[in-house]
Amino acid sequence: MRDAHGLRQSILAGERTVLDVARATLASIDERADLNAFLPVEAEPILERARELDESLARGAAEPGALFGVPVALKANLAYEGRELTCGSRILSGYRPPYTSTVVQRLLDAGALPIATTNMDEFAMGSSGENSAFAPTLNPWARDYTPGGSSSGSAASVSAGIVPLALGSDTGGSVRQPAALCGVTGFKPTFGRVSRYGLVAFGSSLDQVSPFANSVRDAELIANCISGADPMDSTCLEHAPIQPVERANLKGLRIGLPAEAFGDGLDASVRQKVEAAIEALCELGAERVPISLPHSEHAVATYYVVATAEASSNLARFDGVRFGARQEGDGSLAGMMGATRADGFGDEVKRRILLGTHVLSSGYYEAWYGRAQRVRRLIHDDYRRAFESCDVVICPTSPTPAFRLGERKADPVAMYLSDVLTVPASLAGLPALSIPCGTVSSDSGDANLPVGLQWIGPALGDESLLAAAKAFQSNTDFHLATPPLRREQAGA
Amino acid sequence: MTRVISKQSGQTWFPVIGLEVHCQLRTRTKLFCGCANEFGAEPNTQVCPVCSGQPGALPVMNSRALELALRAAVALDCDVAPWSKFDRKNYFYCDLPKGYQISQFDRPYCTGGGIELASGKRIALTRIHLEDDAGKAIHDRGPDTLVDLNRAGIPLIESVTEPDLTNADEAFEYLTRLKEIFQYIGASDCDMEKGSLRCDVNISVRLEGEELRTKVELKNLNSFRNVKAAIDYEIQRQIEAWENPDETAHPVQETRLYDTNRGVTRTMRAKEDAHDYRYFPDPDLPELHVSAEQLERIRRELPELPAARRARYAEQFELSEYDASVLASEREVADYFELAVRGSGRAKETANWITNELLSARNERGPETKLEELGVSAEALAEMIELIAAGTLSKSAGRKVLAAMIETGKRAGVLVVELGLEQVQDTGQLEEWCRAALVGQDKAIADIRDGQQKAIGALIGQVMKASAGKADPAKAREILLRFVQEHG
Ligand SMILES: [Zn+2]
Repeated sequence: MRDAHGLRQSILAGERTVLDVARATLASIDERADLNAFLPVEAEPILERARELDESLARGAAEPGALFGVPVALKANLAYEGRELTCGSRILSGYRPPYTSTVVQRLLDAGALPIATTNMDEFAMGSSGENSAFAPTLNPWARDYTPGGSSSGSAASVSAGIVPLALGSDTGGSVRQPAALCGVTGFKPTFGRVSRYGLVAFGSSLDQVSPFANSVRDAELIANCISGADPMDSTCLEHAPIQPVERANLKGLRIGLPAEAFGDGLDASVRQKVEAAIEALCELGAERVPISLPHSEHAVATYYVVATAEASSNLARFDGVRFGARQEGDGSLAGMMGATRADGFGDEVKRRILLGTHVLSSGYYEAWYGRAQRVRRLIHDDYRRAFESCDVVICPTSPTPAFRLGERKADPVAMYLSDVLTVPASLAGLPALSIPCGTVSSDSGDANLPVGLQWIGPALGDESLLAAAKAFQSNTDFHLATPPLRREQAGA
Repeated sequence: MTRVISKQSGQTWFPVIGLEVHCQLRTRTKLFCGCANEFGAEPNTQVCPVCSGQPGALPVMNSRALELALRAAVALDCDVAPWSKFDRKNYFYCDLPKGYQISQFDRPYCTGGGIELASGKRIALTRIHLEDDAGKAIHDRGPDTLVDLNRAGIPLIESVTEPDLTNADEAFEYLTRLKEIFQYIGASDCDMEKGSLRCDVNISVRLEGEELRTKVELKNLNSFRNVKAAIDYEIQRQIEAWENPDETAHPVQETRLYDTNRGVTRTMRAKEDAHDYRYFPDPDLPELHVSAEQLERIRRELPELPAARRARYAEQFELSEYDASVLASEREVADYFELAVRGSGRAKETANWITNELLSARNERGPETKLEELGVSAEALAEMIELIAAGTLSKSAGRKVLAAMIETGKRAGVLVVELGLEQVQDTGQLEEWCRAALVGQDKAIADIRDGQQKAIGALIGQVMKASAGKADPAKAREILLRFVQEHG
């Protein structure tokens, strides 16, 4: 099941029921349990929802929604009333939110079949999925490799063909980077075009609910359903939902190529694939425009100050008082909170809370947080200037293809650098997507690994960005490549 | 400036006092969610994902709260910032669901302003800012601490004065004026018992010509009287501590709680335990913008404030300072008074009836009662006053009529007839009562003849009693004097 549009059509045409789809999806989740893409899925509510959808269709109740019967996997940080919401953390084990996030409500309104929940780096902190408190997600292309993160399970579930669509959240690249590493399309809309209500906050000024799909066209379909103003989120923009726009070809598209993104840190095989894709773009009529984003070298540092500062505050509510796991400690309030957090959070979460607490501390605020805010503005201005001479910025999504499980786990800075090409657009709040642009052989030659091509548009330019990427995909077939099946991999 | 002479050393000390007052705004709903802002509901029944800090929930600003906060700023003559922002104040406590309070740090929505005391001294405000309230931790019901989140998220304005106050009376008066104003403009109930007004005191003492000495914060002050008592106590405590030759006994920067039962303050937490709140702009909320038009509209719609009314009542209606003050201190009473005067045209009489009769009747019913609940409209009171002025009703009968009006809700004209209280002008009847009153009163008669007019009062009282209040006392007096002269 890779095509959301096609799946909906086949249901409406009576070729299959939503219940068939639900059962097949659940079977597929079981079959690919090896990937650890999903956290425990409760089947009955999904089957129940499928039956309801089938009945409503039989009754001819209403115009079937744009995602009618389409399974959509949900990252474990999106609230869906009554469904366990762990954020990949022990501290929330057993927590079932009493409310539904705006995006999940909009999926329900569009007739979708939400599947809760996919595995993730704890509280979306990580770039490999290895910070999940439960188990690391494996890359469907090569199971010794990470799928990227933090939306690891959502990326892997779409890549493995378990679901045609999934929602993740992108704070510094947490959708685009795993999309690249898993060979699928990941789209982060302009900050504020999708409501954050019900998305468990990591870095509030950066977090954006973002879809995975097997094509830009499907990503656009779900983006259209979930975007638009929301009275429950005052940072959500008053704009209309993202509308599908068609573009016949790429003639005259000015593609800005930032010198900084093609520097020394870029893996040679990735560079080759990305340059080939740019060549393909030009053959389709696009024009190269060399640009510079001079402050992007400070982006990772800036990002890790801003995001950790916000996270240190956002994660304060996990104190054992009202929900989630509780450890009594010495029995005092401070003792209980301390023990709960010491036991409930993993190392990376603790590291970031400490970093964030430090950068906001009295006496350090200006040097860290204050300065980071100013650099963030400069990065924003870099892009504004760049978009005076180009329509879209093109660069790799990740400097390397998927890396091996465990390879960067012991070195946080190496792990943080996985985001070097995605955080600039996050800091600037810009729409950005990653689409596949071929595969490369792993160093040891034991696997083919996908490479992602990143497209970044000007603020609120979501529609034209999607239109251009759709035109590219309609003329190329990179996005049709799929990972090898499990049995071939396992040699069984 | 208030001086305090040390009993021990004879040195002159000068107290320096500033107040931080939190008032809950009287909105229908909380500051960042749709839950009811109401006192007294069952614990944890007015909560939602937002105010209980559920993961993923987001705050959305209640514009009504800003409106009320702006009224307060305009009423206190503050400078309203064209834009301000919300910041997170981070700390852990069981009654703080989000792990931070949404407050305003370096850009409050207004600064400056102040309140003038009766002496003419002005207490300047540093700032007022808007923030959400924490929940309530209850420690005294069994071994566990209980948390009620009904209060969490209720809008507060915190007003902070300059250290302009120098004694407990000024603090008491400042709080009284602040409360009057906030109640007047409908911004807050300012009810300390319900916690809708809370006051912290910053206090230090110094010697003449000195810079400020170490300041202490007083908390747990649950009535204006306690604020006063705590300040008086703390001034003496600090003076004694400074005069202690042992330096380790000197005051330290700390927070002290007022112990209501023992009338003393004691250490709650020392400065070393002070929090680093790690304020930073709340990324979930947009900046607050206030337009000149909005401010102008609020200014236009603001009611006349108590100080202005007091002055006008003294001037326009020639009321005593006391009456003017009592009438103006509550908006409902003041509005009622003005409406009644419009009907009767008699300001002094109206003021007397309200302050002597209606307000005591209301107070008898309890502190919560509104004047309106007595069921006597301003027009009805005016009618009654007119009946007295026309001589239809004596003043003492008027008291009965008013009591009956409160009881039955009927108008004075009806009750006068029903109760048979029309003033008796008939000379024959009056003479009969007067004659009866003089029986056996030879001593009084002699006194009156000797020019001791005082004695006549008792006789008039007898007449009023015999007539059940219906006699016209002025006429009774005439007749009594005539009879005394004629007597014997
Ligand atoms: Zn609420």
